Amino acid sequence: MIPPSFQYHAPSSVNDAIALLSQYGDEAKLLAGGHSLLPMMKLRFAEPGHLVDINNIESLKGIREENGEIVIGAMTSENALINSTLLQQKCPILPEAAHLIADPQVRNRGTIGGDIAHGDPGNDHPAIMMALDATFTLVGSNGSRQVAATDFYLGTFYTVLEADEILTEIRLAPQLPNTGASYQKLKRKTGDFATAAAAAVIEMSGETCQSARISLTNLGPTALRASDAEAVLAGQVITDELIDQAAQKAMDLCVPAEDLRGDVEYKTHMGGEMTRRAIRTAVKRARG
Amino acid sequence: MDKIQVSFNLNGQPVEVLVEPRELLIHVLREQLQQTGSHIGCETSHCGACTVDFNGESVKSCTLLAVQAQGAEVMTIEGLASNGELHPLQQAFMDEHGLQCGFCTPGMLMRSYRLLQENSDPTEVEIRAGMSGNLCRCTGYQNIVKSIQKAATVINESGRDEAKTA
Repeated sequence: MIPPSFQYHAPSSVNDAIALLSQYGDEAKLLAGGHSLLPMMKLRFAEPGHLVDINNIESLKGIREENGEIVIGAMTSENALINSTLLQQKCPILPEAAHLIADPQVRNRGTIGGDIAHGDPGNDHPAIMMALDATFTLVGSNGSRQVAATDFYLGTFYTVLEADEILTEIRLAPQLPNTGASYQKLKRKTGDFATAAAAAVIEMSGETCQSARISLTNLGPTALRASDAEAVLAGQVITDELIDQAAQKAMDLCVPAEDLRGDVEYKTHMGGEMTRRAIRTAVKRARG
Repeated sequence: MDKIQVSFNLNGQPVEVLVEPRELLIHVLREQLQQTGSHIGCETSHCGACTVDFNGESVKSCTLLAVQAQGAEVMTIEGLASNGELHPLQQAFMDEHGLQCGFCTPGMLMRSYRLLQENSDPTEVEIRAGMSGNLCRCTGYQNIVKSIQKAATVINESGRDEAKTA
């Protein structure tokens, strides 16, 4: 299988990439790791006339700390997330979740930014970004803007990114003390998308939950933030009954598409179970 | 569509090819450069039969454009043996019956070659995780794991011997 013909561009700066996007508009697609886009092109689900390869833009790679925030370049590979000492110490849910994505070869090419910006509800980073309350930096010909992860997704393969905009970096706060985070993913085999997955970030004060953020993967047209489930936990002493109630609220939100991974009822049920597991693990970790 | 000239190192030798942007690295390796050891399996980056070493990392060459290899160091199964002698991994796959039909073997060898660079003494669990991007439909993986364990032992022992004589 060979993709349809296109013109190839490999800019070495964000500005050059934006100029190409401005010039070619809807005809152009950005090429990050390519492990979603190239298979889609082979299958003729995508036929861009111009491919703008941003792999040569060094400023889009790397993980750093800046004014107390963690900043991750959009072209940072999944394996770089796994191997980052900074993330292991200050945002351990990210390396843990990246391990559950694809396989070793694909993780060398696949990028966090590509995973986020593609808009596939099966991708794992969107829900994790929502749970971490991450902010995305989008740069276009009209300058730069910050968009919260929870405001980024409009629908399946549909985000707030304008045709001439690039997601350049992801900003998030280091994990707070007394806080635990967990991503629980049910998948049939290595490399598969989630049948259902849930992310939970929970801050505890003794036995009481101070705050909770919970989000879901592949259980709706986009990643979903389960605000009602969060509200069940916030300010309460965590018990098994309460975790069940939160999981029920998460299940109420699920509108998964039936496919070979399961029917609607099964996926919804698994969404509840992944939510329970994510909350339990996050609470345990928060207690230390 | 205009063709693009691409230069890279293949198994230590500089090569130059003229490619359409849409050509995948695996096609150029096999069809233009006649290096047919790397196999085309699923073509959707699941099976790992097309795995090659690319700038010191394992990648699936069915999901990489040949134009992206500009200036790269690429190593394929053809570069594994040296001076007519099999690489310890190749020898171990023979000795431990790490293959049956052989279709997945070039990818298995290139991935395990890089795995042992990343982790010279992996546990069985680490081998299975490290090889999880390569599918084999014959062996059930047990003998592949044994082959890689054996090769790791051989390589580590010869390293120790060399250190002693040095």
